[in-house]
Amino acid sequence: MTALYWLPEIEDWRARLRGLDNNRDAAWDAASALANSRLDFIRTNALDQMVSRIFGDSPPKTLATKPIRLALLGSSTMAHLHPAIRVAGLRRGLWISIYENDYGQYWQELTDSSSSLHEFKPNAVLFALDPHHLAAGIGASLDRAEADRSFDEVRDRIRECWRLTRETFRCPIMHQLPLPLHPGLLGNNEHRLPGSRQDFIMRLNHALRELADGEGVDILALDTRAAIDGLKAWHDPALWHRAKQEISPAAAPMYGELVARLLAAKQGRSAKCLVLDLDNTLWGGVVGDDGLEGLVIGQGSALGEAFVAFQEYARELSRRGVILAVCSKNDEANAIEPFEKHPEMVLKRHDIASFVANWSDKASNLRAIAEELNIGVDSLVFVDDNPFERSLVRRELPMVAVPEVGDDPATFAQTLADAGYFEGLAVTEEDRARNEQYQGNRKRERLKASVTDIDSYLRSLEMELIWRPFDKVGLQRTVQLINKTNQFNLTTRRYTAEDVLTIMEDSRAFGLQLRLLDRFGDNGIIAIVIGKMNGDEDLLIDTWLMSCRVLGRQVEPTTLNLVADSAKRLGARRLIGEYLPTKKNGMVKDHYAKLGFNVIETGPDGSNRAILDLPTFAPASTFITVTEA
Amino acid sequence: MSETEIYAALGEIFRDVFLKDDIELRPELSAKDVAGWDSFKQIDIILAVEEKYRIKLNTRELDSLNNVGDLVRVITAKTGGG
Repeated sequence: MTALYWLPEIEDWRARLRGLDNNRDAAWDAASALANSRLDFIRTNALDQMVSRIFGDSPPKTLATKPIRLALLGSSTMAHLHPAIRVAGLRRGLWISIYENDYGQYWQELTDSSSSLHEFKPNAVLFALDPHHLAAGIGASLDRAEADRSFDEVRDRIRECWRLTRETFRCPIMHQLPLPLHPGLLGNNEHRLPGSRQDFIMRLNHALRELADGEGVDILALDTRAAIDGLKAWHDPALWHRAKQEISPAAAPMYGELVARLLAAKQGRSAKCLVLDLDNTLWGGVVGDDGLEGLVIGQGSALGEAFVAFQEYARELSRRGVILAVCSKNDEANAIEPFEKHPEMVLKRHDIASFVANWSDKASNLRAIAEELNIGVDSLVFVDDNPFERSLVRRELPMVAVPEVGDDPATFAQTLADAGYFEGLAVTEEDRARNEQYQGNRKRERLKASVTDIDSYLRSLEMELIWRPFDKVGLQRTVQLINKTNQFNLTTRRYTAEDVLTIMEDSRAFGLQLRLLDRFGDNGIIAIVIGKMNGDEDLLIDTWLMSCRVLGRQVEPTTLNLVADSAKRLGARRLIGEYLPTKKNGMVKDHYAKLGFNVIETGPDGSNRAILDLPTFAPASTFITVTEA
Repeated sequence: MSETEIYAALGEIFRDVFLKDDIELRPELSAKDVAGWDSFKQIDIILAVEEKYRIKLNTRELDSLNNVGDLVRVITAKTGGG
């Protein structure tokens, strides 16, 4: 099963596809809506063809994301997978241009600086070495020592490919693990045959995962997918012989999904919050009608156990950093009662960061949840057993992901997993602690309500700002913030891990990561500033971004004090700040003016440029203690 | 299943695969008559047929396909009609 079964069917698909080029300005968004339906490979190809008829080789002018130039470096045929990769990008608003090496020539093209690969200048590279190619030197006549030697050679060659790619293109690297498609020779104890190709591929996949972590490479786990969907859904030996396709065209839409999920996650575009309906989604029955005692949840019935299993899955997601929220049509008191009183409930009230139960429509409530959590509406995933609610939310808020979960709770968890909304590349400390952070927020709100003036509130928070230059330990979190912060972000420049490493090595630049602690806990890394010398006297603030949840707590002036110090250390006499407007960052339009900069330029697009003279700058005094880590 | 029905279903598959509405299917129609009908499109057509009729064409059957008429004959035989 490789169908995109969590996406809804669109009734008039053909007509809408053919209507795309009637209105070219709206074509990209309309095509993206079509991409968000249950496409098989034929429809995927048709949609891709239509998009290319309309846009040719260049992305639409309205594109809100950074265009991706993806190089596929493989050893077998992949041309049949390009449309599915592009369409899975389109599904997420990403424009993907693809380059594929000439058949079998990946190594030659990598090493030859005049090759068309180099000319293409990829900003992402995916290695897709097929299992026949990788196991070419392996056979049943090898003894253990010979097999191990071959194994090491193959592994080292792959590492060499990664290193060369990183040095040459300085861009994210993905590596696709080969499908375990060799028929076994021994059977259950295949691992006892040193020269078994099947075992070789399995061992290799295990080793590559470890190697990739050390080398900063992200894995595309085809082997895991094959275990879930069945190898036969992914690979057809007849098609290998006919066209050297490792991956069957029928599996292409799912393959494209896997690639695009990684690319989107790299840009910080994975969903952040799982919003749950209650009645018949988290428990069986309607709490308002059936009462606490009438709910089907917990041991004793298959249905009750299925709801428990789904709640456990949601709790596991929250423990690795996904925010949980509730959106339910109920009286609030009724809705909360099971979380506080029902002994079989896995999820407790404190697991839910935003709890909205009322009689308003769910689209408005989802907006309210996003606002409360300070995240974009497009980072919500909404699970509801009721088809009416699902289609209403899709119509009102097309950017919210609303999976077709069906009505059997036994399948909810796997459906969410297959849909891949929360694709993650690393688990940062902040991810693990996120739920506690939202708990802390609630306590802060209560304190704020209980003190009368803002100064005593800020003083009573006992805040401490700990700063550190960029380092490898914080790299993942730094990249995450740079790519996902939209609102408090002066310039919205997006950087990859490789870019951040370059800044770390630059002696005429600095990168600061700031962590905020207070009496209610650790808020984690909440701000990033990148400064770059421009000439001998000016320090340009290339990037200044902050998490909105620490707004109004004097973090901005305290940060400026740190920026001024760092700039002086590089010999600067002036700070140059700039504001580049986007759809989402209007809140920081006057950021520099508020901090005492002189605005010297205002552009027709609303941008501005401001200067702060360092020798006369007097650091602001705040209620925040500053420490260097 | 009648030949007419198969031709109608195949017509739909061809229109989706080639994104063209004016393809007239006849038994003697083959790859050289349709722009873009290469070996990849051939695989797409076969897979779509296999999915539609829940059948699987083996390597010998695939090798014997020269035109639309051949494909219709294979489908008819495999679906127990004819």
